[in-house]
Amino acid sequence: MSLGGKIAAARRLLFGDSARTFGTLSVVLLALLAVVPAKDYFREWRTYQKGYLRLVSKRSDATSLARRFEPGVQQVWLPELGVVDRCATCHVALKESSLADVKTQPFRPHPSIPHNLSDFGCAFCHRGQGAATTVEEAHRSTKSWEEPILPARYLESSCGQCHLDRPAGTPLLNQGRDTLAQYGCVRCHTIKTLGGVTLAGTDDPPSLAHIAEKTSREWIAAWLKNPQAYAASATMPNFQLPDEDIRDISAFLMAQSTPYRAGTAAETAPAAAAADAAAQQEGASLYGESFCASCHATQNAAGTLVGGTLGPELTRVGSKVKTAWLADWLRNPKVYDPETKMPHYRLDSKQIGLLLGFLGGKTDSDFLGNRHFDAAPKAEIEHGQKLVIERGCAACHDINGVKKPDDFAPELTLVGSRPLAKILFAPGVPETLPDYIAAKIRQPRSFGNALKMPQYTLAPQQVDGLVTALLAQTEGAQTVPARLRVAARRPSDYHAAGKAGQLIEDMSCFSCHTINGRGGDMAPELTWEGTSVQRAWLVNFLKNPNTLRPALIRRMPKFNVTDAEASTLADYIMTVYQTPAFDRDALDGAHFTAADGERGKELFYGKYACQSCHIVDPNQDKGYIGPTLTQVGVRLNAAWIFHWLKNAQSLRPGTLEPVWNMSDDDARAIAAFLMAQKTAPRAEAARK
Amino acid sequence: MNRSGLAGMIAALALAVTGACGRHAAAPAELQPKAYGAAIVLVSGEKQVAGVGAALDQPVVVQVNDAKGAPVPGALVRLAAAGSVRFLPDRGLTGSDGQFTAGVSLGSSAGRYQIVASTAGGSGKRAEVRVEEIALGYRETLGQQINAIHCIRCHDSESTPERVSNHDNLKAQPHSFTEGAIMNSMSDAALVAMIGHGGAALNKSAEMPPYGNTLTPAEIDALVAFIRAVADPPYRPQGVFDASN
Ligand code: HEC
Repeated sequence: MSLGGKIAAARRLLFGDSARTFGTLSVVLLALLAVVPAKDYFREWRTYQKGYLRLVSKRSDATSLARRFEPGVQQVWLPELGVVDRCATCHVALKESSLADVKTQPFRPHPSIPHNLSDFGCAFCHRGQGAATTVEEAHRSTKSWEEPILPARYLESSCGQCHLDRPAGTPLLNQGRDTLAQYGCVRCHTIKTLGGVTLAGTDDPPSLAHIAEKTSREWIAAWLKNPQAYAASATMPNFQLPDEDIRDISAFLMAQSTPYRAGTAAETAPAAAAADAAAQQEGASLYGESFCASCHATQNAAGTLVGGTLGPELTRVGSKVKTAWLADWLRNPKVYDPETKMPHYRLDSKQIGLLLGFLGGKTDSDFLGNRHFDAAPKAEIEHGQKLVIERGCAACHDINGVKKPDDFAPELTLVGSRPLAKILFAPGVPETLPDYIAAKIRQPRSFGNALKMPQYTLAPQQVDGLVTALLAQTEGAQTVPARLRVAARRPSDYHAAGKAGQLIEDMSCFSCHTINGRGGDMAPELTWEGTSVQRAWLVNFLKNPNTLRPALIRRMPKFNVTDAEASTLADYIMTVYQTPAFDRDALDGAHFTAADGERGKELFYGKYACQSCHIVDPNQDKGYIGPTLTQVGVRLNAAWIFHWLKNAQSLRPGTLEPVWNMSDDDARAIAAFLMAQKTAPRAEAARK
Repeated sequence: MNRSGLAGMIAALALAVTGACGRHAAAPAELQPKAYGAAIVLVSGEKQVAGVGAALDQPVVVQVNDAKGAPVPGALVRLAAAGSVRFLPDRGLTGSDGQFTAGVSLGSSAGRYQIVASTAGGSGKRAEVRVEEIALGYRETLGQQINAIHCIRCHDSESTPERVSNHDNLKAQPHSFTEGAIMNSMSDAALVAMIGHGGAALNKSAEMPPYGNTLTPAEIDALVAFIRAVADPPYRPQGVFDASN
């Protein structure tokens, strides 16, 4: 047979008819297809390395870049962290900051972070399969025991594997951890952070042991139906209960309630001030003067919430609380709830009456609807109790006759390492861990109607924060070496001693001020207040707080303290809250000369331009950030001012005052100028 | 190769292709426009700043208009962007007000993202509008946080209920960090010096305080990175080789 004949025969054999052609081509194609992955496996990273050398050859610093390039598989091995990463095999330029303009992966340098890349490797933060050397396996593998690379939006979660200290660079992680604590997540789910510390709730779910005194069964039912319809900012989730369950739970809650003043007769409630316009106006003024809005929000006409978040929203409070209860509460909230953050305001009966009238007017008839319950039969109450136990209400609330459940919901300590093989995905949820967690938070019941997890009302950013915080709960986080852990500031259970200590608790100073590590951040820290202020000023301020910081909307309320109380507090503060760093009387103002003051004034307005933030002369200065200094000479001590000007951060960490590091001479001169500011000059009318 | 060979080849290819694509959901039926517009304009949602990969706070809203500038309901709008930007949804018909609204999540690297919103005009012409968004990486986010504590009250003239601006109380008016015309004219070193030493040391207004003893060098660098990230027009460092890759 000629060569041509042989070819023709072969052609007939392989491509004789369409079936043969198809078969042959399929075999060839399959073989080709098998070659491709094999080829990839051996070659992919080589292609990138060649591409990198081509890329840098065009750049001005080509020689040094090429010299630093190391060919072959690059591996970081950190047994302590369980890291075996080969990412740098393809990501060859991670440490080449001169390539900052390169946008093509895998050649981009790593953005600068506060860590050395070689100390942590890559997969500890980015997850994915560090040891893989193909794009697909390293980034996208979702084989049941493996995890794909972490989407950038959740990257801060990796910081949370070592950090419990709220780094400024991880706002989403910090926010997520706050939400876990504020929305009661940690009351049902145990979450142990690195070092075994269990995350604690910072919300303050009310006790229901005396609820019948406070509100009506109708309100309880409307609230259970939809807490956010009562208060847009309510953190209580919606349990999506059927109406019969709501009926029975509300029946049980009313039935278990006991009087909270057992024994002592309730004081007679002052009558709510007549609901005329003038009384309403007076009540509104008192509400404003008492700075209730520093902690409580209300919706304005436009529907936006205005006010603080420390206490519950009051938009519809008139539809909720019973007048007698509210009167008692306003008289002294500690009687009903000794742990409440609400201060004891020492209001007189007239004031209570005004506030009752004002708050009582905040009603919303739509919210209660036309619910009306008759006395509940025993069976309904018993069923209600059963439901309360089933739903885990007592995980958050004190309820008579219901034990606080232990481990009501699954522990989430290791949720960030949960193997995908163990997860049942709801239909439509992409099969990755972050998507699973996000879906669980967004719509828990999409995973099954019988699930107990309630429906939360959260903004998308809050969900992102929660997912970030939960993704930080990895196995790696539990085993990071102690030297890498950055602990949270230890919670302090500081209590002031004696009579002053009782007053400080009674007026809930810690709700806003931090003293010795305990307390809130709404108002200035007071740990060394006694070094800072003069006693006479302090006594006066406690009795009649005026506003020191004009730019603040949250202000120190007037607690109506007696002379004796103000004096007790002032004595304690002046004696106990002293810095060990210097003596408050070390700089005697009597030694300041007029010349000192003049020089200080020049420095104040010239070299240091203090008037950009502070007002000394209200007719001329406008600074609106720091406290007004018109009478600072009767408020502060000279030694405090002197040291404050040198290094304010060392006296009150986190203050907005920059560290000036002033020379002794300058600090002394400005202290002299300020100590001479003793009376407030009258502001001319022009000033707004 | 004869025709049957070709057919087999195509069949096999088709098989391989469908095999490879089997993991992806079948593409939804293509949306058909009910009307065509002449122009597309941005309504809201540009120049937002968010962390890498994060969802923007506000959606992007665009509007399709006809030649006379009246809104066109039922026009098809598509959104596209380079990088791993995600849209929810990435296409749709304009509503009765001629507007189309989509949520946006930025890509995974820090920098600017150009979103192109386009609509097909009746005559086969395409109208488009570009929307710029800004993604912050770690350093820029840190800078943003520090700005919010120390700088914003003087440098931003806008007040919020929680934060009263101090801008108008100053004699030398500081600039907003988004003012590229000013910020871009300062080198990194000049910014670091201004922040660290304050205005007085540089013969500028002493109303700009020195932060060199308050913030660490890394924090000041983070502020510079943030200023660079938000400048408008964007900051283009000089003398840097632009790899056209
Ligand atoms: C008390 C008000 C105030 C604060 C707080 C403040 N600045 Fe300024 N800043 C100014 C003033 C005023 C100028 C203008 C100085 C001049 O041009 O003479 C200025 C100028 C600048 C400039 C030069 C560009 C320009 O706007 O003219 C930069 C950069 C700058 N500040 C950065 C910062 C940073 C970063 C912070 C926070 C760490 C900060 N500033 C905090 C008042 C302030």
